[in-house]
Amino acid sequence: MAITWSSFCKVTLRLLEGFETTCLIFALTLVLALPLGLIISFGSMSKFKPLAFITRVFVWIIRGVPLMLQIFVVFYVPRLLWHWPFLSRFNAVIVAFVINYACYFSEIYRGGIEGIPRGQYEAGEVLGMTKSQIFFKVVLMQVVKRIIAPMSNEIITLVKDTALARVIMVAEILKVAEEYASTSALIWPTFYTAVFYLVFVGVLTLLFGYIEKKLSYYKA
Amino acid sequence: MALLEVKNVTKRFGKVEVLKGIDFSLEKGQVLSIIGSSGSGKTTLLRCLNFLETPDTGVISVDGNDIFDAEDTKKMSAAAIRESRLRFGLVFQSFNLFPQYSVMENLMLAPKLRAKEEIKAAKGTRAQLKQRFAEIEENAREILASVGLSDKEDSYPCQLSGGQQQRVSIARALMMKPDILCFDEPTSALDPELTGEVLKVIKGLRDEGRTMIVVTHEMEFARNVSDNVIFMANGVIEEQGDPEELFGAPKSTILQSFLSGIKK
Ligand SMILES: Nc1ncnc2c1ncn2[C@@H]1O[C@H](COP(=O)(O)OP(=O)(O)OP(=O)(O)O)[C@@H](O)[C@H]1O
Ligand SMILES: [Mg+2]
Repeated sequence: MAITWSSFCKVTLRLLEGFETTCLIFALTLVLALPLGLIISFGSMSKFKPLAFITRVFVWIIRGVPLMLQIFVVFYVPRLLWHWPFLSRFNAVIVAFVINYACYFSEIYRGGIEGIPRGQYEAGEVLGMTKSQIFFKVVLMQVVKRIIAPMSNEIITLVKDTALARVIMVAEILKVAEEYASTSALIWPTFYTAVFYLVFVGVLTLLFGYIEKKLSYYKA
Repeated sequence: MALLEVKNVTKRFGKVEVLKGIDFSLEKGQVLSIIGSSGSGKTTLLRCLNFLETPDTGVISVDGNDIFDAEDTKKMSAAAIRESRLRFGLVFQSFNLFPQYSVMENLMLAPKLRAKEEIKAAKGTRAQLKQRFAEIEENAREILASVGLSDKEDSYPCQLSGGQQQRVSIARALMMKPDILCFDEPTSALDPELTGEVLKVIKGLRDEGRTMIVVTHEMEFARNVSDNVIFMANGVIEEQGDPEELFGAPKSTILQSFLSGIKK
């Protein structure tokens, strides 16, 4: 079937609906995983060794198992074990994504935090600052500068990982396009989704470039 | 009464006893230089005074108040330490300025945080806080001028030479109005031609009557600027006294060989 203007518009509108879900998965994951990752990184750096150990094992498991499998686990295991359909498909995706990305972020945070020289903390201490003042006023911004590049990589990967939500039938953009392929034998919408991803990633790339430039006013 | 009184301070790291019982006192307005070979425990001693390390035994008192007593753990709450440590200031060998802040921001960060806390605790008004901030800013400008860096207010540390960075870090320490200002080899990270400007600032502070403890490898400086010199070796004070006596007629062989080693 030839691509007509009206079919193009129709497909675009349908794909936009799917893209909304894609964006929602992206945004929710980001908003929840960014702070959770910080908490996990504190756990993995804890002076209380058992906590640090458990946290690191957890991070190892989450980073070592495919995200797709984790989505299955979060969605199906409660149902199978306890007949507990607690999480909707969409919520299961969010839970799996948030845990997965929080673990990746936590390792980036840890690298960034551990890279701050001890002298920065000590300078704050001898000036009578509290531990939390030192963290928020002295260390945090330096950490942000250090992690912005690895973070932007991870966040761009997240954009594309959202496509995994389709494994439990969440209608993100690629799922919507695949439905065209299976119901109307239209393959071009699937390829067309690339445009949406590229625009999204393009905007993020510009944004991170801007932030990096903003932070380049000083050298660490 | 001496301003600072250090009694029987010991500190070990694992099996190594780094400080083996340090005793000394310091009068108000005096400058004490600490010399000694690498690993003798000079830095550890300054770090103990500034609560960056906790001595295993000993008492440290300022103005007759025990601000540290190894026997009395009540004094060791985080809040108590925060108050006590402000009796001391510390200038690091490696400056440790905050790279993301301008010179003025480096100077004002800690005092402003403190002012905020105090005003909040006293349920003060926004206007009072503004007033305090203005005072802090004025104070920062004065101190910056006194270290000769008025034109660098808005520079970032990475834009300054080592000597300028160290002068900023001295200014930053002065902002907290410490009773005793400590320096840990303030010039040893600097190119030789930059040490002069930093030493000049320290001399200026002495002339203002500041009480200071300077760990240094600059023997010339220790001899000319300090009222008292301590020579440390292997975690003990091997010799102490008047700089002319100590440098002119060292008693112990270990100090003699240390001094002749430096001259070479
Ligand atoms: N945190 C630490 N853990 C273990 N050992 C330490 C620690 N800090 C210092 N030491 C050891 O304590 C000894 C004294 O160190 P210190 O830094 O006080 O010497 P110093 O007199 O300042 O030497 P330098 O002139 O080289 O600066 C050294 O042997 C050092 O290895
Ligand atoms: Mg040292």
